[in-house]
Amino acid sequence: MNVISPSEAVYKGMKGAGIDFVVSVPCVNLRELMRLVDCDHEIDHVPVTREEEGVGISAGAYMGGRRPALLMQNSGLGNSINALASLNGLFKIPLLMIISHRGGEGETILGQVPMGRLTPELLDVMEIPRFSPSPQEAEEVVAVAWDLARARGTPTAVLLDIGFWRSLR
Amino acid sequence: MRRIEAISIIAGEADSQGALLVGNIGYPSRELYAVGDRASNFYMLGSMGLASSIGLGLALALPKRRVIAIDGDGSVLMNLGSLATLADQDPDNYLLIILDNGCYGSTGSQPTCTARRADLAKLAVGAGISEVRVAATVDEIRKGMGNKGVLVVKVEIGNADVPVIPLSPEEIIERFMARSALSSTRF
Repeated sequence: MNVISPSEAVYKGMKGAGIDFVVSVPCVNLRELMRLVDCDHEIDHVPVTREEEGVGISAGAYMGGRRPALLMQNSGLGNSINALASLNGLFKIPLLMIISHRGGEGETILGQVPMGRLTPELLDVMEIPRFSPSPQEAEEVVAVAWDLARARGTPTAVLLDIGFWRSLR
Repeated sequence: MRRIEAISIIAGEADSQGALLVGNIGYPSRELYAVGDRASNFYMLGSMGLASSIGLGLALALPKRRVIAIDGDGSVLMNLGSLATLADQDPDNYLLIILDNGCYGSTGSQPTCTARRADLAKLAVGAGISEVRVAATVDEIRKGMGNKGVLVVKVEIGNADVPVIPLSPEEIIERFMARSALSSTRF
């Protein structure tokens, strides 16, 4: 059996969903996934300066017929809330958010803890469906998350914590 | 020049170019609707600061289509990183127009930083955008609209007396996407 990394599982899920446009703000845990996206010539990858900007660019890409995903740390959710509500929510624009969820078990940076703790509830309040798959489930769940985003016309979130990135499939 | 006059020229030129046009939140979109509504206009009703980003996403998704976004000084100041991303991507099919009236026109004309020292054209150059122009007359706007990059248009303070856009968000995006999809084989 082939052993693939957690990042490869997420990437395969994105490919299965037909994601062809990615905007990103980096996290150390997203570095392998970002490299996979960069090497894929079927995916346009736009690094952005702030997550909210990425929400806007993704919305434009969707209106241009693409299937967008936003790669970011959960801190970026806080930078994006107004846009997720008053752009995606208002116009029913789907977006797959692949979120490195920091601040939990194994976190070494104190500053990650407050937003890490608040992130699931913030998503719930915003009525954004969220998934926290294991690496074994990730490929399927990422594709399901996009399908749900498209069906509902909303963002959906895949939260991937520190343990996810450290585990072997 | 009044802003609605500038928007009228931009709308006419955008239509003759067959461009997809993104209108900024508040009165600028209302003025655009009043002077030149068309299905290829996207009226941004919320998400202040993101008109330039929506336009960039459209332009990158549809490299064969001409895309123009109408932004404002207050909005661009809220999303200055957008200028750096635009420079980095540098799409040939995209023009970002910034209507600079030195104030937050939709909220009571409180001054922005461009009213005194901030210079959006210089900020755009500093961000690395290769083509940056400034316009204040009809001719300068028309000339500037043949280009990519950033066009800063100096306009007077004040909103025209125009009604709220009578379209629902669903109507705005559905008719817009019917137009944007015409050139797209990917949807």
